[in-house]
Amino acid sequence: MATATTLSAGRRGRKGAGRKGDSLFAIFAALSGVLILLVLAWMVVSTTGTALPVFSSQGISFITSSEWRPGDGQFGALAFIYGTIVTSVIALVIAVPLSLGVSLFLTEYSPKRVKGPIGYCVDLLAAVPSVIYGLWGVFVLLPIFLQPVADFLAKYLGFIPIFKGPASGLSYFGAGVILAVMVTPIITSLCREVFATVPDSDRHAAYALGATKWEMIRQAVLPRGRAGIVGATMLGLGRALGETIAVALLIGSAVRLDTSILRPGYSMAAVIANQFQEATGDHIRALVGVGVVLFVMTIIINMGARALVWRFNRV
Amino acid sequence: MSKRRTPALGTDRDAVPPTGEDSGHWAGGRMAPGLSLAECRPTRRRVWRNRRNSTLVLLAVGLTMIPVVLILYQITAKGIATMDWEFLTSSMPFSFRREGGGFLNGLVGTLIMVGLASVVSIPLGVLAAVYLVEYGKKNWLANLIRFFSDVMTGVPSVFVGLFVYTALVVQFGFGALMGAAALAIIMMPIIVRSTEEMLKLVPNELKDASYALGAAKWQTILRVILPSAAPGIVTGVMLAVARAAGETAPLILTALGSYQLTAKLWGAPISSLTLAIFDGARNPFAAGQARAWAGALELLIIVLVFTIVARVVASRSRISR
Amino acid sequence: MIVKNTRGRFRVFVAVAFLVVLSASLVVGGCGGESDLPAAGSDTTAATGSDTTAGAGGGASLAAGLNGAGATFPEPLYVEWIGEFQAANPGATINYQGIGSGGGIEQFTKMTVDFGASDAPMKDEELAAAEAAGGASVLHIPTVFGAVVPAYNLEGVEELKLDPETLAGIFLGSIGTWNDPALVALNPDVELPDQAIQVVHRSDSSGTTSIFTGYLDQASAEWAEEVGKGKEVTWPVGIGGQGNDGVAAVVQQQAGSIGYVELSYATESGLPMVTLKNQAGNFVAPSLDSTSAAAVGVEFPEDLRFSASNSTGTEAYPIVGATWILVFDKMKDAAKVEVLKAWLTWSLNDGTWLAEELGYAPLSDELKALSLEKIGSISTF
Repeated sequence: MATATTLSAGRRGRKGAGRKGDSLFAIFAALSGVLILLVLAWMVVSTTGTALPVFSSQGISFITSSEWRPGDGQFGALAFIYGTIVTSVIALVIAVPLSLGVSLFLTEYSPKRVKGPIGYCVDLLAAVPSVIYGLWGVFVLLPIFLQPVADFLAKYLGFIPIFKGPASGLSYFGAGVILAVMVTPIITSLCREVFATVPDSDRHAAYALGATKWEMIRQAVLPRGRAGIVGATMLGLGRALGETIAVALLIGSAVRLDTSILRPGYSMAAVIANQFQEATGDHIRALVGVGVVLFVMTIIINMGARALVWRFNRV
Repeated sequence: MSKRRTPALGTDRDAVPPTGEDSGHWAGGRMAPGLSLAECRPTRRRVWRNRRNSTLVLLAVGLTMIPVVLILYQITAKGIATMDWEFLTSSMPFSFRREGGGFLNGLVGTLIMVGLASVVSIPLGVLAAVYLVEYGKKNWLANLIRFFSDVMTGVPSVFVGLFVYTALVVQFGFGALMGAAALAIIMMPIIVRSTEEMLKLVPNELKDASYALGAAKWQTILRVILPSAAPGIVTGVMLAVARAAGETAPLILTALGSYQLTAKLWGAPISSLTLAIFDGARNPFAAGQARAWAGALELLIIVLVFTIVARVVASRSRISR
Repeated sequence: MIVKNTRGRFRVFVAVAFLVVLSASLVVGGCGGESDLPAAGSDTTAATGSDTTAGAGGGASLAAGLNGAGATFPEPLYVEWIGEFQAANPGATINYQGIGSGGGIEQFTKMTVDFGASDAPMKDEELAAAEAAGGASVLHIPTVFGAVVPAYNLEGVEELKLDPETLAGIFLGSIGTWNDPALVALNPDVELPDQAIQVVHRSDSSGTTSIFTGYLDQASAEWAEEVGKGKEVTWPVGIGGQGNDGVAAVVQQQAGSIGYVELSYATESGLPMVTLKNQAGNFVAPSLDSTSAAAVGVEFPEDLRFSASNSTGTEAYPIVGATWILVFDKMKDAAKVEVLKAWLTWSLNDGTWLAEELGYAPLSDELKALSLEKIGSISTF
């Protein structure tokens, strides 16, 4: 600031209270910021430390084996890792096209009057707590959508391994669908921001060259936003990986690795939530260990996503 | 771009632009010399593809609207049936198969834990954002804090609960304070990032004017910058509070849940509205399920009120993105 | 280190603070590696509701708070017993949490609760561990008999008959559809649909599972070979539910499913139950009478750890088990001992009507006398 030198001269002339207040305040502010770093570090250390005995006793089989028998001291978390990945993939397969569609609609197609309410509704979806999604999913979505669709898929496409029956709505599929509903608002709002930064001149240029609306989108809007879309998807993935309650209620709670997505399974977050209340001793440590694995996965995905979105924002 | 015949030169200078859905995209009636408008019209295939994709987009919007409508409708319909004064003011009957009773124990627990978490995370979060905008700006520490705040917002809430369990519950037992700690950790990065955005929007002239009047930096921050960014900060804070009120997983691991109405801050498990709904969702008894719906309605109202008020405050304020 | 300016000094301060917290958490985390972790059902400081307040109201001299945890099998009954007892004795508070028999035994051994509850009697190793921890003998006090019933959700099918082989086949996954010939043969008058069978089992450590698998283990050689018995087993197929109520909930939600729950859960959630063929060759529906019939003639050793499954009675329901309250015969707190003894005695003597209302069979006179004797022997150090 150009005025800085004159100001500090003025300030120095006054009593030192202002300056002392300044340094004190500055330190408080900095410490608050540093607190986040400290908490994060403590998080990593504390949980890993608690889980360490189980990690060392099980070795690499903690993530390569699916034998989870707390009574015998056997802790292999592969079934949960598999379930987490499968449900998240299903969620993205459903959510990404939907989100792209909605965000394109909101930025390119919708008349001004409709834009507000629809955007609002999508944001409302993001605000709904996950336990309500779970409750609704179990008592409403399951009988009217998940079970019929699962039965349908098993009946007509059952020869494909991933659709083999007996089909249940309480399965990877069911959890994946509810995750898709939860993740769509996130991806949508990020994509909206991404598409909104495309300058209108690009759009006009495409039209001027004779493009139809869709071609304009495909050539002017989407390429510009590619990094942002990928980043948004990864953020959605990060959220899907960590989602606990809705998945716990809809995934079927079966400690099993199944190739069919229509059969019950388990996810990392769900097993922690379900088994924690009756677990003791080593079982709790193993659950903490599962949490650590989940944390590592989520962090990697999130950091990658942030890096992509950051880079996009700076451009 | 799809392949297209090169239009013949020197034909049809005065062609009238074609009518139909693409006519609006054509600039005036005159094209470059030698170009036939009729030949520039998109092929039927492209028109069809455009229509098809527009339909798909509309379909996506429709599909996405269905859950919104269904959720709001179902919860209201089923919740209203059980929601009454008794529900709002009494706790769980000691057997979940019994009718009547309510989720007061959960509501009190949520209020206590979210309240405590807010008291801690709001000042700290705002202060941290102040550091990022006023002091740190672009230095290494500020960038580090920004990056890891973003990372923290993506940490699964169940892991935050696990952390508080291993760090605090092991020593002090389950309780409201532990739940509040987990919620505070979840809330703080959200508040930091949203407050930072708001503080950045405060015009420099305001700050300069304050310094010109001889105020110290901390006085400027407290008396000028924060108040002028207040609407935006309040928006971010309310959204964070709404998020915390809806959390379940971290509370399973720290507050544990209980059927009893208690206000003990530590040493005893405490329920929350979300935990009570979670239990009800796994219940086979009609009475338990009915309570769960009413509880869901209660929670949804609380969360939506916060969210909507936050947006109203944001849209009313002069500072907008 | 000489640092020249405030900015540098500040950086040093931050770095030092960071390292301090880091090492502190390493220390804490490291120590946490050895210590026991608190778990559900354990209150490390004051127990919930255990305000040992004075002011014994209206003549009630009992004033103490008890904590118990364990099986969900008898939970509906215990909760009612507690309610009635507390109404009559305002000074006493008893808090029971249903976390599964396995959890109950663990908490009891860790002495985070005053009494445990389990439908599977403690094994010798568990007994030894608990007695070492408590410094006193463990008493198994049977309270009631209950039936474990296969409950199902099949539209249009109100009655279903099964025998041990078909039941085992269903839970093994070898019988996969409802209109399997084996099932049709047993149910000629019923229209069984061509629908896949969804099995539901417990996802937590459970005494109910122990009773159920114990029965299947006895009744089916294939089951004994492939799965075995216990509070937790490796289920070949099926969806998991948490607690008896969780299994009932999943069966309710999942069309075409079959699971196993304690009788009162099935009746209260409106789930139809399977009529099972017993050892005598009769198809018996689960009810209070058939449960009581199974309780007749059960042999019990002196420490009252026994199994009641697969009774030979003609009217007996085959999958029946007893459930026990686990207590130490010597406890530290005299007030708690008094409340515990009073509650248990009252429940066994005057609470039988509640048991019968919920479908649990009270103990035979002989067994009751032995139980009351054991209760009477609880004392203080």
